[in-house]
Amino acid sequence: MGKTIAEINERIGKGQAVVVTAEEVIEIAADKGIKEAAREIDVVTTGTFGPMCSSGAYLNLGHSKPRIKFGGGSVYLNEVPAYTGFAAVDIFIGATALPDNDPQNKIHPGDFNYGGGHVIEELVAGKDVRLVAIAHGTDCYPRKKLETLLNIKDLNEAVLFNIRNAYQNYNVAVNLSDRTIYTYMGVLKPNLGNANYSTAGQLSPLFNDPWYKTIGIGTKIFLGGGVGYVAWQGTQHNPAVLRGDNGVPRRPAGALAVIGDLKQMKPQWLVGTSMFGYGCNITVGIGVPIPILSEEILRYTAVRDEDILAPIVDYAEAYPQRQPDILGEASYAQLKSGKIMVREKEVPTVSLSSYAKAAEIAQTLKEWIKRGEFLLTEPVAPLPGVEAGITFKSLEEHPI
Amino acid sequence: MTISRRVVLHFPRLLVDQPIVYHLVKDYNLEFNILKASVTPKEEGLLVLELSGEQSDYEQGMQYLTGIGVGIQLLSQNVIRNETRCTHCGACITICPTSAFTLELPSRRVNFQAEKCIACGLCIKPCPPRAMEVRF
Repeated sequence: MGKTIAEINERIGKGQAVVVTAEEVIEIAADKGIKEAAREIDVVTTGTFGPMCSSGAYLNLGHSKPRIKFGGGSVYLNEVPAYTGFAAVDIFIGATALPDNDPQNKIHPGDFNYGGGHVIEELVAGKDVRLVAIAHGTDCYPRKKLETLLNIKDLNEAVLFNIRNAYQNYNVAVNLSDRTIYTYMGVLKPNLGNANYSTAGQLSPLFNDPWYKTIGIGTKIFLGGGVGYVAWQGTQHNPAVLRGDNGVPRRPAGALAVIGDLKQMKPQWLVGTSMFGYGCNITVGIGVPIPILSEEILRYTAVRDEDILAPIVDYAEAYPQRQPDILGEASYAQLKSGKIMVREKEVPTVSLSSYAKAAEIAQTLKEWIKRGEFLLTEPVAPLPGVEAGITFKSLEEHPI
Repeated sequence: MTISRRVVLHFPRLLVDQPIVYHLVKDYNLEFNILKASVTPKEEGLLVLELSGEQSDYEQGMQYLTGIGVGIQLLSQNVIRNETRCTHCGACITICPTSAFTLELPSRRVNFQAEKCIACGLCIKPCPPRAMEVRF
């Protein structure tokens, strides 16, 4: 057998495509076998909904009268600083940006109630956002100060551009020390009091295409409730890690950079979040369709939580000190059961990414495709695989 | 019939120095467990109690409290989950000391059982979308 994306799109157009979620495909493959399932199914939809720090949006604000050049100046949206190192009226707001007067961790742990992720959520929700800008003034852009309300509908462009999302596997965070610690993996109680993980497991996009055989640059996706595209591999994309026999990475590996029109997105799928004692963030909804081009691809999408292993890492000492040690591995089936064993102790587990919402994303994308509203795209270039020879670099300091 | 209720009592300034819980025990035969107690800078008192006893005793005890001017609310009316903000991740589950949050299967949505909540407030800040609110 073997299908092409063009053939699948033809079936989608006629409303005949067989589309199932990455959860549903597991049972179908078990019942009917890989061969039959691959013949029947055209598309498997995946989903993930978790905190993704390397997210942000670029905005073109339009030109005021008289004109002002934000480029090289200072711009604040609801007191959160935006990056201005572009042309006159283009800015970028990052999810982790904090107001200049935020107390941060001066009294530890800090609250981090409002940051860039919250600004993006409010923009998407159609709320007015307060812009304060200071510029140096030029002959062609004379204005030096501007304060106004902004609404997303009045912007020329508002584009979500996340440089690392949908991480393929991630650490399970625990705390071996005798004090509570506050991390990007949540609040970790002392002496292995809890274990926090963050992925949708069998529903997660890159677990269903472990060798990046269908997901590539140009792949059309569900992004923040709207439509987006894979723009590039995510930063820190690291395909050459330890993998299981099924090809699934057992360590954090690949990642996606994604882009899409913020004006089409929904606040329900782009939620500003606060990591207590750590900082601000945004929880992003992503769903990637996987075309079933062959039996091999179908077999990858039938991956189950019990076949996916994640490393358990101490965030009190090993992580901050960049020590490579892990305390063992746990499967996502074990993690989802609510407890794992670490150093012979039963440790309760919870997720920071929402499995319920990931399932809803996979289901929504499935409906879009079944209704013929969402066609698949052919990647214009593949993501780098193991053969690309990428080595993961750390920052080694050199004396100046 | 024996019942057990978690209540939030608001004491006006004039009652803050009165031995009110003593009367609940002595005159109404109610067992109590103090979950939270504080006096605000305006000298108003707040007391979160779990009260157990015979239903008729409990009702008379509540009448006594209302009669002397204590405001009464059930605890579940004071701790609220903002359903639009909750993403059903689960960060709250292992933080809560009374297991008021549980994972519903197979949907894996997070349930909040207000009747188990003791209004300690520990879940508020570890919740990434800040969906939990305690209002006294």
